[in-house]
Amino acid sequence: MKTTETPAPVPAEPGGTLTRLTKADGPGGASPGKEKTGGVLNVFSHGVLVIWAIMVALPLVWAVMTSFKDDAAIFGSPWSLPDRLHFENWSRAWTQAHMSDYFLNTVLVVGGSLIGTLVLGSMAAYVLARFEFPGNRFIYYLFIGGMSFPVMLALVPLFYVVDNMGLLNTIHGLILVYIAYSLPFTVFFLTAFFRTLPGTVAEAAFVDGASHTRTFFQIMLPMARPGLISVGIFNFLGQWNQYMLPTVLNTDEDKHVLTQGLVQLAVSQGYKGDWSGLFAGLVMAMLPVLAAYIVFQRQVVQGLTAGALK
Amino acid sequence: MQHGKYRFIVGFLAAPLGLYALFVVWPFIQSIYYSFTDWTGLSPDFTMVGLDNYARMLDDDIFWKSLRHSLLFALLVPVVTIGLALFLSFMINVGGRRRRGGPVISGVRGSAFYKIVYFFPQVLSIAIVALLFAFAYNPDSGAINSFLRAVGLDDVQPLWLGDPGLALWAVMAVVVWSTVGFFVVLFSAGMASIPMDLYEAALLDGADRITTFFRITLPLLWDTVQSGWVYMGILALGAESFAVVHIMTTGPGGPDYSTTVMVLYVYQKAFRDGQAAYATTIGVALLVVTLAFAALVMKLGRRERLEY
Repeated sequence: MKTTETPAPVPAEPGGTLTRLTKADGPGGASPGKEKTGGVLNVFSHGVLVIWAIMVALPLVWAVMTSFKDDAAIFGSPWSLPDRLHFENWSRAWTQAHMSDYFLNTVLVVGGSLIGTLVLGSMAAYVLARFEFPGNRFIYYLFIGGMSFPVMLALVPLFYVVDNMGLLNTIHGLILVYIAYSLPFTVFFLTAFFRTLPGTVAEAAFVDGASHTRTFFQIMLPMARPGLISVGIFNFLGQWNQYMLPTVLNTDEDKHVLTQGLVQLAVSQGYKGDWSGLFAGLVMAMLPVLAAYIVFQRQVVQGLTAGALK
Repeated sequence: MQHGKYRFIVGFLAAPLGLYALFVVWPFIQSIYYSFTDWTGLSPDFTMVGLDNYARMLDDDIFWKSLRHSLLFALLVPVVTIGLALFLSFMINVGGRRRRGGPVISGVRGSAFYKIVYFFPQVLSIAIVALLFAFAYNPDSGAINSFLRAVGLDDVQPLWLGDPGLALWAVMAVVVWSTVGFFVVLFSAGMASIPMDLYEAALLDGADRITTFFRITLPLLWDTVQSGWVYMGILALGAESFAVVHIMTTGPGGPDYSTTVMVLYVYQKAFRDGQAAYATTIGVALLVVTLAFAALVMKLGRRERLEY
């Protein structure tokens, strides 16, 4: 690679020759001079970074703050602190605005789809990764092709397919569709993962008389746990935050998931003009994922970035 | 490993493949077929009309508007997002004070903290983010205009989402806001794997940080940048732009269709206007735009692959 043609070998003592060469050295020793060049950049970079951090955090803090205000304060002075903590906004949103129902629907849909996606996705990926049979490549590319197509194109006929099966506005219908649309990435990710697992263990189990199915569930699946966790988190966030599929396929208000329910509330001007309740609902929907992210920070980042890196 | 192999393969593939074929592949094939019919979606009857829908689309002013907006989404949003993310992640990973005896290049103090905070919007639903910003953009009592009043800018009180000239930019800014953090984390991971001696060598040659960035960091990160670009463009053409435009702008689609994007137009034609066939036609156009975008970025971005 080209850059290595430059006078490379770095002096053995770190910080010695090197820092002197970078014109940072002030008179009388290393540190004051280094402060100068490094310092300016440091102040600058911290300044920029802090500004963006504020830009990211402020809307969220503002939302939490607003959820504790009454309506008059929300419109009168959007930036002032609440006069007292109006917890009644939260309880009103939870019961009267049906946030509890939306929550339950979301948990059911996401729970069902997540399990289904992982089971079916790993089955397909295992077969595609470890067995040779005619059509293997074709099926693999059929699956991963789904990653780059605009979902909206399929949604129009999909609506009628789901309708004809009597699955419109049902929880299990939504689960099946979520699974189907989560499969491309899941199969793609897990196929790569199963290829990296050693085949000898599976062969040994098979020689010992275990069936293929048993080998898969008892040997391979436990070995694939890190991959399943990564792809599971990716799917969890995607399915929890899904908006387009339920908007089209799930128009019955009793079956609404969180994102839909909130948008519905906002569109109808906050139920009965109750903006404070709406904000409470908004924050309620934000907090679980934010909390989960802070706790499982490392896995979330790994799960999400694995998707774009491969 | 041969015994019962095919039975096993069929057994394991049947359910996932069946579900995928039924809900994803089959609707895709159908939608292309429907674009040549006059199907309304409301009744089961329809006839073939050849290329009529396509001819109609080329005469449709709103279609051209939505195409223009979608192209802005696909080209501008990824450029701004990725540019900002590259800048921030370079600051995080290389902008640190040089410590005596430490590595030549180091991250700023608190780099882990920045990465955690920046990532916040990424885990939130784009629908929730859109709702939040719809409130913030409210011209009278929204957080943004109140802030401008508070700092003495009483005359600067844009209508934001109500202003046909501003609405689209306001909506695009929200997509940028919510995605930058993801790329900061992604690029940081890439930067961390660049060997330190390359930086050391460059600094020995007297390169400053800007040169270092363009000569070392960016070329070595290029593969990641490129796949991120495609990924972001597909998102910006599809799900993300649908959610922000559908939720945030009045109409929806903004005053005088000023924010209508292709994916929203497909939705409206199919589920509001009862023109399912025409909707699928616009959908096919969207598919073409998406594939062309991906191909273009791949072609423009092709460089000699650097191994290190």
